[in-house]
Amino acid sequence: MAEIQQGGGGGHKKGGKVRAKKQSTKIDMTPMVDLAFLLLTFFILTTTFNKPKTMEVNMPDKVDNPEQQTKINEKDILNVVLAEDDKIFWWIGLEPPVSTTNYGKDGVRKVLLEQTRANPKMMVLIKPKDESRYENMVNILDEMDITKTQRYAIVEFTDDDKAIISGELPTEEVVQEAP
Amino acid sequence: MGKVKVHRNPPSLDMTPMVDLAFLLVTFFMLTTTFAPEEPVVVDIPNSVSEIILPDKDRIIISVADDGRVFFDMDNKNHRMSMLRYMGEKYGISFSPEQQNSFAILSGFGIPMNVLPQFLDMDPDERKGVTQPGIPADSVNNELADWIVFARMSNPKVRIAVKGDRDTNYKTVEQVINTLIDRKVLRFNLITGLEQEV
Repeated sequence: MAEIQQGGGGGHKKGGKVRAKKQSTKIDMTPMVDLAFLLLTFFILTTTFNKPKTMEVNMPDKVDNPEQQTKINEKDILNVVLAEDDKIFWWIGLEPPVSTTNYGKDGVRKVLLEQTRANPKMMVLIKPKDESRYENMVNILDEMDITKTQRYAIVEFTDDDKAIISGELPTEEVVQEAP
Repeated sequence: MGKVKVHRNPPSLDMTPMVDLAFLLVTFFMLTTTFAPEEPVVVDIPNSVSEIILPDKDRIIISVADDGRVFFDMDNKNHRMSMLRYMGEKYGISFSPEQQNSFAILSGFGIPMNVLPQFLDMDPDERKGVTQPGIPADSVNNELADWIVFARMSNPKVRIAVKGDRDTNYKTVEQVINTLIDRKVLRFNLITGLEQEV
């Protein structure tokens, strides 16, 4: 503005106009773009897109009175023991044979599908050993979800289960006496 | 002639569409970003096929680290403050307003009650350097149970989520779950990531 005022005369005024026209109306946007991309990068990197998912678990209430506990036929029980080193032991009812399996696609999932198909009343008792990992428990609950097994419970791993797995179980003696 | 033409048109590029796009994306990310709260401990969560999304509010997160330490976190400042008051009454510790405020803005914590006041007196940078021992959750001294009870008294709508590290021994998780069952919390959530292969 100050320059134009200094110009004064008509001819000069015309020249001033021409000069103003020559000046480009474009702004250098580079710094703005730099800033925009800086912010863009920052937000892309800080965004957490996949929110954690959850599984819902319903646990039974503790029943102190043994008479109130639900009784199940032992043939309808599928025991699944989660052991250390990602191993799974499973057997039906109270007797061996105890089989081992794993968390793979052809492992426990196949067992669950076969057993629940063979006996729809099958109740799966999940018995995690203290040495097993938390991931094992989540995986087995996940398998229940995948195989649509409705009847299952998480119960404590007892000494009887330990005996059955190791093969030195009391029922074996009974079997030997029978014949 | 060709050379002169090149000189007349400076090699400038119309950046307007690019800038438009860039700002559009900036705006989008600014609005969608929720900053992940600072965790006192890194928990490597296991995966599952479950697709239920964790609620954003009215939740308690009980984290179990891979070495078995237990951490507790609840959202909402007001509920946290009233929970702390209940806890203080039970354990005979009175918290100053400053301590209450710093508790309200704390994220997850794993501090036993007896050293909690000292921990709250530290400034935030100092707290980061402290290795938190975890909340006692065994049968002898179960402070976790009290936190759960008072958290539910402060906010009855609260949902409880357990966030365990995949390598945690089941024993610790069992302790936490049994604590929940003892306090009649029979429905809770386990936080998992989404399984990649289905």
